[in-house]
Formats: sequence, C-alpha cells, structure tokens
Amino acid sequence: MGISNIIFIVILIALAGLFAFQVSKIRRNILLGKDVDRSDRKGERFAMMARVALGQSKMVVRPLAGIMHIFIYVGFVIINLEVLEIIIDGIFGTHRIFAFLGGFYDILIGSFEILAILVLLACVVFLVRRNIGRIKRLHAREMTSWPKNDANLILIIEILLMTAFLSMNGADYVLQQKGAEHYVQAGAYPVSSLLLPVFGDLSISTLIGIERGAWWFHIIGILLFLNYLPISKHFHILLAFPNVYYAKLIPKGEFTNLSNVTDEVNLMMDPEADPYAAPPEPEEGAVPEKFGAKDVQDLHWKNLMDAYSCTECGRCTSVCPANITGKLLSPRKIMMDTRDRLAEVGKNIDQHGKDHNDGKSLLYDYITPEELWACTTCNACVDACPVNIDPLEIIVDLRRYMLMEDAKSPTEWNSMNTNIENNGAPWAFPATDRLKWAEEN
Amino acid sequence: MSEYIKVPTMAEMAAAGEMPEVLFWVGCSGSFDDRAKKITKAIVKILHAADVKFAVLGTEESCTGDPAKRAGNEFLFQMQAMMNIQVLDGYGIKNLITGCPHCFNTIKNEYPGLGGNYKIQHHSQFIQGLINEGKLTIQGGGVFKGKRITFHDPCYLGRGNNVYDAPRSLIEKLDAELVEMKRCKSKGLCCGAGGAQMWKEAEPGNKEVNVERTEEALGVKPNIIATGCPFCNTMMTDGVKNFNKEDETQVMDVAELIAQANDL
Repeated sequence: MGISNIIFIVILIALAGLFAFQVSKIRRNILLGKDVDRSDRKGERFAMMARVALGQSKMVVRPLAGIMHIFIYVGFVIINLEVLEIIIDGIFGTHRIFAFLGGFYDILIGSFEILAILVLLACVVFLVRRNIGRIKRLHAREMTSWPKNDANLILIIEILLMTAFLSMNGADYVLQQKGAEHYVQAGAYPVSSLLLPVFGDLSISTLIGIERGAWWFHIIGILLFLNYLPISKHFHILLAFPNVYYAKLIPKGEFTNLSNVTDEVNLMMDPEADPYAAPPEPEEGAVPEKFGAKDVQDLHWKNLMDAYSCTECGRCTSVCPANITGKLLSPRKIMMDTRDRLAEVGKNIDQHGKDHNDGKSLLYDYITPEELWACTTCNACVDACPVNIDPLEIIVDLRRYMLMEDAKSPTEWNSMNTNIENNGAPWAFPATDRLKWAEEN
Repeated sequence: MSEYIKVPTMAEMAAAGEMPEVLFWVGCSGSFDDRAKKITKAIVKILHAADVKFAVLGTEESCTGDPAKRAGNEFLFQMQAMMNIQVLDGYGIKNLITGCPHCFNTIKNEYPGLGGNYKIQHHSQFIQGLINEGKLTIQGGGVFKGKRITFHDPCYLGRGNNVYDAPRSLIEKLDAELVEMKRCKSKGLCCGAGGAQMWKEAEPGNKEVNVERTEEALGVKPNIIATGCPFCNTMMTDGVKNFNKEDETQVMDVAELIAQANDL
C-alpha cells in the first residue's frame, strides 16, 4: 500500500462521512413533521415502488424526456458497479481487481461504456433542451437563479464524469495494447477504443498520466457529487424510492379529516356536554395543536419528504389548470418553497437551538394566499408527478390554517360558508325550497 | 317532458314503513341550479323507467360540506357531515346514488372516518348497473346515432376516484361516436369549478379555466360535450357560450343523454 492509497482512503472516509452527516440533517428535518401512518399495505407499496420508481412508469408518459431519463437512470445504477471496483483498487493499490472475471468482465465493461456514452448524449440533449429549447415549464418564474444553475450544474458534472470515465478506459485500452506494466489485458472497450486515433501516438508515461488523472478525477468527482446531492434537487435519485413507497394509497379525492376538529365538533354536538365545563388541563409542555398548517413543522413528515424528493421537473405545474391559465399558483413552487423553508428551519436549529423562532413561516413568507386560493383541488399535479409527490395536501393544509386560524378567505367564500351554515347550501336559497325542483316542470 | 314526476321522500316512505332500494342524494346544485335540476329530473325519470324503488331526503338533505372542506373550513365540513350522517343513519340508509361527483367523493371517502358508512354510486355507475342487469334497455340508433360526443371527466369522479369507464359505457350505448380530447381520463383538465372555485372569482391570470377546457373540447368538433357533474356542466356551458357555439354544440349530462335516447 503506497502513499496514494492512504490519500485515497482518507478522501474516501472524509467525503463518505460528510455525506452521512448531510443525510442525517435531512432526515432530522423530515422528522420535524407531524406523524402520519404509512406502515400499512406493504405489498401494494412495494409493487407501486417497483412500478413507479424502479420501473419509471410515469416518466415515459412523456416519451422523449422519459427515455433519455432512463438512459441516465440505468447508467447511474449500473455504472456504480464500476465504482465499486474503483474503490477497491483505490484502497488496495490493485488495478482492475475484477479482471479475473474474464469474459463476464468484458461484458460488464462493454455495457458500462455503452451506458456511459448514452448518459453523456442524454445529458447533452437535456442541456440543449433546457437552455435553448422553448419548454415552458423549464422557464417558469421559480426556475431562475439557483434552481436554473443547479439543473445545469448537474448535467455538466455528469458529462464531465462520463468523459473522465471514458478517457480513463481509452487510455487503459491503449496501455493494454502497448503491453505497459500493471495494465492487465482485460475488458472490452467498444466506445473508448474509438479514442485510439487521439491516444494511439502518445507515450506510455503520458498515457499513464491521462489514465491516472482521469481515474482520480472520476472517483473524487463522484464523491464530491455525492456531497452535492443534499444541497441540490438531485437528491431525488435517492429519495424517489422511499417517497413512492410511502405515497398516499387511498383515493386521490379523499382528503384527511382533521382529528382535532372532530374532537371539537363531537363536543359541540354532544347534548350531554356541559357548556360551562372548564377545558381539561393541557399536559405539561404540550403545544396547543393548530388547525391546519402555518409552517413546515405543522405538515406531516411525508409532505416534507416530498419536498426533498422534488427534482423540479415541473410536470405538475405544466398540467395545473390554474398555472396554465396564468395564475400565480405553481405546484412545483409549493414544493420548492416547502423545501427551502425546511432547510432554513433546520439551519436555525443548528445555529440557535430547537426553540428558536425567526418570525417567519411557510405560509405568507414563502407562499402567498393568492397562490393557494387559485387551486381547484383537481389532483392533476398529484397524478403527473413521476415520484408521487402530493402538493395538494400542503395547499389544503395551508388553506385550512388561513381560514380557521386567521379567518382569512376570499369574501365570496365567507358568503358561501355562511350560506352552508345557515341554509345547508353554498347559495342563499332557503332549505325549505330544496325539493321545489320536483314540482317544477 | 312536461308531466309531473313523482319524487318520493324518505320521510313519506319511512312513515309508510317502507325502505327504498337506493336513496337518491340530489346535492345542492341538483336541487337549486336551474340547469342542474334538469339533470336531476333525468335521473329520476331513469329510476322510474327501471322501476327502482328510490327516495330523496328533500328538505332534510343538506350540503355534504365538500366546498367548505376544500376551501379550508374543516369545522363546517365536519358539522355538515355529522348532521347528514345523523339523518342518514336515522333512516337506516345504506345505499345511495348521486348525480354530483363532489357529494359522491365526500360521502364515499370522507364520511366513513366520521362514522358514516354507506355504499354510494355515481349515477353513471348505477345506470350502467341497471343496463347490465337488464332493468334498463337503451334504444340505440335513435336521436344520437352518428353524433360526435366527447366526455369531459369530472376531477372528483375520474382522477379522484378512478371512475372513467362507466360514463363512457353509457355514451357507447347510444350508437354515437365517442371522441376523446387529448387531455382525457387521468389526464383530464379541470373545468375550473372544483376546490370551491365555483363560488368565487378566479385569481388574476390570462384566461378562465373553463375557456381553456371548452376550447379543447370544441377542438374535437363534438355535437355534444357530455359530462357527469353539474358544476362541470355549468362551466362548460358558459365556455361554449363564450365561443358563441351554443347552436352547434350542446353540453349534456350522461343521464340526460340516456333519458333522451329512451324518450323519457
């Protein structure tokens, strides 16, 4: 084991450790949400995860983007087998430790190469499509500054990583041809062998420089990219799976009934209840429960996991009737705001402790009433999401807080609610006229 | 079409010691909105034609609370739900049908958690059942033969509860040509009324949702835009008027199509 192996091990442990630390912060943030039971119907959940996350069933609804995405996704998963070899080689100073697999190794390396070039091409197409194409959802008002740069950065990093991977193989291939020491004859190189005209005339030492350089760039690049995920929308590559698994299984039309409201309503409807009775003493340290959600902690953990799973593709927004007709509401922005606010709350906890109040909230500071009131609750956004994110639950929970805690609602809704209360219909018709239609011709 | 139609109420039936096969939950729109009342009557005529023993709650019916809940007023929703459950359970009702997908969704999905457990069907499902059981025969080759009909999926029937086939199966019985819009079934575009939008002005934007949807519907050159929701009906009717196409394209509920096909 040489000095380079020690350097490699130190870098590996440091960056893997940093990643674990970042993930633990995200996990803690998600668990700031209220509890919701999603431990039921495990078989159905696994099947849904297999179909939607593993099988990408909702991605291919839009065929071009869907197929390109599958290239990158399969490439990412399969090429990671190669990363395993690179890590073992890096630790023990070996070279292509799996070469003993012989013909199977050729198949592996050959397919990695084909996937790598497909990933590279798909990323180039996506870059062009995103920056030069005129796809409305990629140019919405929430897709400026960081979200825009984040998207481009991810694509550029992936292009660089694949280029390094293919350069490494290309140089290795030529070194094998030239019979260089340590470079075992192994692997098939259907793509990188095309670099022969570029690499063929170089000296062995230059080639080793390229091969080693690309090797280090590739593996350190991957480790750094891993640590980029938690601050990026690209974290979806990890959370997509649990997020689909824990998604709502009941009919989309069904909204939860708030249990704290049920308690109040039961009390009001109970003829035995003593109207003058003092409310029961709250338990020590109990925080009075709000009706609806004002901030991220009032949402449940699956809403918060949704926020970290969102990769800002905007399919939700592109099918939202309010957004299509020029209203401010964008379900994608609801998810991005939830994530940004949650990250801020997490930072506050890190810096000022658990009970710090920064005077801000998801509702009002991030998401405005105008956005929330434009929602028709049609569930198109929920249906469109390739990883089963539910922006609608958040929208409705924020509406609940506005109406029940802040008495904030459009004036027409006040009349509607008054009518329902007084005459059992959203319009001002007397309840006694309800059967009049039967007498009319 | 102008004769008086008999609509038994639950109170009368209970007084006579009888129980209906199904309770027809009319809904607020079906009770008060002039256009929707026609849908209600079409449903009643179909129930009579198939000899279904039914009743309505009449003045004992009250809003399910759906618009209040979607607007965020969970209190009002649960108050309404509890009162309705008391009435329904008081009569021992187990089976319901309704012409409104919002009532359908609320009673089917949100009442059980508050103690109200019923079997409820959307009228398109119930009518499909009547046809399958041979209780109702549709006379094909009639008024709708060869007509182009497109179906606009109500959100709370389609995406909300995965009912896509029942209304379409009724249209197919008419010897009409069912033409689909690009955004149909699970990809259907909302009419703009859901989520209590029916009762308020839209937020500032560049277009009304119902205009966007009607434009798409008119794009498939239909003689009839069919739907299964009184609110969708209102929105699409207004949309057709917006394009001055009332003479070429009618907006009708699937129940009205069936009633008219059978000359009820």
